[in-house]
Amino acid sequence: MKLYRSFVQPYLFWMGVFIVVPMLLILFYAFTTSGNNIISFRFTLDNFIRFGEPIFLRVLLRSLSIALTTTIISILIGYPVAYLISQSNERMQTLLILLITIPMWINMLVRTYAWIGILSENGLINSFLAWLGLPTLNLMYTDFAVILGMVYNFLPFMILSIYTVLAKLDKALIQASYDLGANKFQTFTKIILPLSVPGIISGITLVFLPAVSTFVIPKFLGGGNYVLIGNLIETQFITVGQWNFGSAISMIMASVIMLSMFITKRFDQDIEEIQSRKEVG
Amino acid sequence: MKKLIEFKNIVKGFDDTIVLKGINLTIHENEFVTLLGPSGCGKTTLLRILGGFIEQNNGEVYFDGIEISKLPPYKREINTVFQRYALFPHMNVYDNIAFGLRIKKTSEEIIKQKVEKMLRLVGLVGFEKRAVTLLSGGQQQRVAIARALVNEPMVLLLDEPLGALDLKLRKEMQIELKKIQKEVGITFIYVTHDQEEALTMSDKIVVMNEGEIQQIGTPTDIYNEPENRFVADFIGESNILEGIMHDDYVVSFDGITFDCVDYGFHDNEDVDIVIRPEDIDIVSVEQGKIHGQVISSLFKGVHFEVFVKSAHREWMIHTTDPVVINDQVGLSFYPEDIHVMSKLGAY
Repeated sequence: MKLYRSFVQPYLFWMGVFIVVPMLLILFYAFTTSGNNIISFRFTLDNFIRFGEPIFLRVLLRSLSIALTTTIISILIGYPVAYLISQSNERMQTLLILLITIPMWINMLVRTYAWIGILSENGLINSFLAWLGLPTLNLMYTDFAVILGMVYNFLPFMILSIYTVLAKLDKALIQASYDLGANKFQTFTKIILPLSVPGIISGITLVFLPAVSTFVIPKFLGGGNYVLIGNLIETQFITVGQWNFGSAISMIMASVIMLSMFITKRFDQDIEEIQSRKEVG
Repeated sequence: MKKLIEFKNIVKGFDDTIVLKGINLTIHENEFVTLLGPSGCGKTTLLRILGGFIEQNNGEVYFDGIEISKLPPYKREINTVFQRYALFPHMNVYDNIAFGLRIKKTSEEIIKQKVEKMLRLVGLVGFEKRAVTLLSGGQQQRVAIARALVNEPMVLLLDEPLGALDLKLRKEMQIELKKIQKEVGITFIYVTHDQEEALTMSDKIVVMNEGEIQQIGTPTDIYNEPENRFVADFIGESNILEGIMHDDYVVSFDGITFDCVDYGFHDNEDVDIVIRPEDIDIVSVEQGKIHGQVISSLFKGVHFEVFVKSAHREWMIHTTDPVVINDQVGLSFYPEDIHVMSKLGAY
């Protein structure tokens, strides 16, 4: 046992250097003013107060609403897909899961770039519309393009996490439901759907978190003026060079994410509790 | 008793193996029927055809005079207790039992009365709000039975429901199931590979092997009058030997001719003979019809299991009297203890 325990040390070192220290640095930057050196630094809350300006709050709100829309669309598309996959035979399941996973082998940047070729003014869709003699559409640099890009990129996570739960679902439960007189629809709403809630919850976590913080997708498909919170942080660090303000936004972002995870988790537990404590009669 | 279920020439195959080879079986109202056989004999398949979870390739199933093969499970007046109970893990005991009634849009007032009645029947009063995942195997079993019976089906199917329980609990549940069946007065169709379970509970046992029915009869019939070598071997312990039926009431084996009570065979027909171990008495060499040497004696609680080696074979004998190993003894049995079976239909 002791021998194996020592194997953990390289990982502890790794995590310390590459996760804990950078986080502490962000924390440090968020609460200090710029122009500090090792010897003297001044603590301040100005960075956080500054985020209270309407222009930044609007960015936060917009990010949350885009991410929420993406998540909802992913559930609406992902659930039926996951359900259909889980209903097909074993060979088909393996094949379909592979088809969903394959695009994830290709870099997200490349795949998002490909969408520009499809959506842009002279892109695939508009060329096709022009060929049909129809008026072209303005698709790029819209909410539509950004949400499309996000759903496209994050949907597989939703499908996979719902599929995992559905595939593990005991078939005897479904047979028991039929046996007790429930038809296919009732069996779905009363048995299959409630039992797949954990899959939906983990799907939400896997889609909402990257969607709320991504900066590549809005940058490519939303254009230079399309600012979500991820872009804001990126600009602060890379373009403007205001590491302190950037760090503060990162901290706020992290709190929002933690809060939303906490709420989802509570929601999940509440369902379980309601189900086991439901009043009789 | 009225005919309730009739299987007519049921054939079922999966891929290239034939699981049921033309089953004909009639089940009456209020009967406790057990489908008994080794695993893979087709008993569960037959049950699932009746439940509507799989469809036969050939043949008809009549329920109360109506052909039901095309009816989906939820339209059949049949409920099932599944092998691993299949309780809904996201519902408590009450909601599990109320499930079928809620589907039928029964009023909550009536549901409450019926669920309470069921909880009393299975001895789980006060467990209403418990999560089913926190119940013991025996309690889950009871919930599964209550959940099925609350719908007042005409037939209850039980698919090896006691398989997951320990021996003591299994024996208790056997008695309880029989009691419940008498109380609700409906047909129970029970699938098991445990011959003792079948003998304890059933009104009628259907012994199956390799997709065919070997024998249908009451527990005493099946035990005392097995129709062939397979049944004799599968139900209880037995000495099975080969002999020749010379004439009605005259049979010979091991080179000796005996009187027996069986008749109606061809002259000099080759037959299988079963003599149950508890029907053989150990007597002195002079008194015995056959004699041999005691080679082993095992204490089994109620009796000793003694093996005696005679000139032709080893005999298994159940006796309450202790014997001495290596002693020469005689074996004696009455004509009615010799049970002669036709070799036709043997496996």
